[in-house]
Amino acid sequence: MEKHVVVIYPHPDDEAFGASGTIAKFRSEGVPVTYLCGTLGEMGRNMGNPTFANRETLPEFRKKELINACNVLDIELEMLGYRDKTLEFESKAEVAEHLKGFLDEIKPSLVITHYPGYAVHPDHNALGAAAIEAVKRMGEADRPTIWAQAFSRTHLEELGEPDVAVDISPFFKKKMETILAHQSQASGILGGMDPATADLEAIAKERLGAERFYTWKF
Amino acid sequence: MDPIHIEKVQTELERYLNKDVYVHLETTNGAYASHNDENAYNVGAFIRNAKVRYNHAKIVGSGNVYRVGLKLDIGWVYAEGLSEYEVDDQNRLLMAGHDREGRLMVTLEISETPFHY
Repeated sequence: MEKHVVVIYPHPDDEAFGASGTIAKFRSEGVPVTYLCGTLGEMGRNMGNPTFANRETLPEFRKKELINACNVLDIELEMLGYRDKTLEFESKAEVAEHLKGFLDEIKPSLVITHYPGYAVHPDHNALGAAAIEAVKRMGEADRPTIWAQAFSRTHLEELGEPDVAVDISPFFKKKMETILAHQSQASGILGGMDPATADLEAIAKERLGAERFYTWKF
Repeated sequence: MDPIHIEKVQTELERYLNKDVYVHLETTNGAYASHNDENAYNVGAFIRNAKVRYNHAKIVGSGNVYRVGLKLDIGWVYAEGLSEYEVDDQNRLLMAGHDREGRLMVTLEISETPFHY
């Protein structure tokens, strides 16, 4: 059994779409989970549908949504304070040291993050790389396992099949609840549909039914 | 935000004439454009808290989509595709254009104080 799981993603809702089934599974086993969330998604395009946020109010909405989502999952949350879209321009070493501070403190047995180069959004790739660098900077004996998540178009042909596949079907309701906690983002990302009429759950099940990861090899 | 009312926005733009103001200007088609459609390109740009002073401003357009040009001593600020606006609780002028799904495509914002970083 894992001792403590740390999830490192850059945006509020990455945890929901990417790993909330897995997180719910760990929580059901009593494993503590901490989410290190890089930014507040300040530069997101989705403003709710119909729109209720604007560029200046979006971070406050997303912060509340993030806190709600973490309450749904019953996990600890640390907001790292970077700005959306800018993570790849920060010093990787500085971000890695920042993350390492949390890892040294929490001493997780597992870290979940994005697979650098295969996670589409530049923030995903940059924070994933910094997370892996942070673990690399730990003593070999202290290093947690890393599960890296890839979803670029070419990831399967270039990386092969992921070695970790979490069956999230028992936790799908929790995953939906977590996604829907991100009210400003959910409907836009689940297909740009009217949440009143669209069957978001069916869409999510089809698109997000599996959570798969690659165990990182140093 | 409300649909742009051209006379009201023109008045708001003129409120900042010949003052030092901070501008947030942005356009984006999202970080997933080429992921969702192989033939698409990701395109985006933003500048946050550019400090400018403009001496002439105009909003132009027809139907419900507008362009705004701010004339500086040595240049211009320009945005196209604006359809909504609001003067927020900090008295800042926010203008934006969204796609049919409510996703932001362009925004131009003007404030006498810096936008929160």
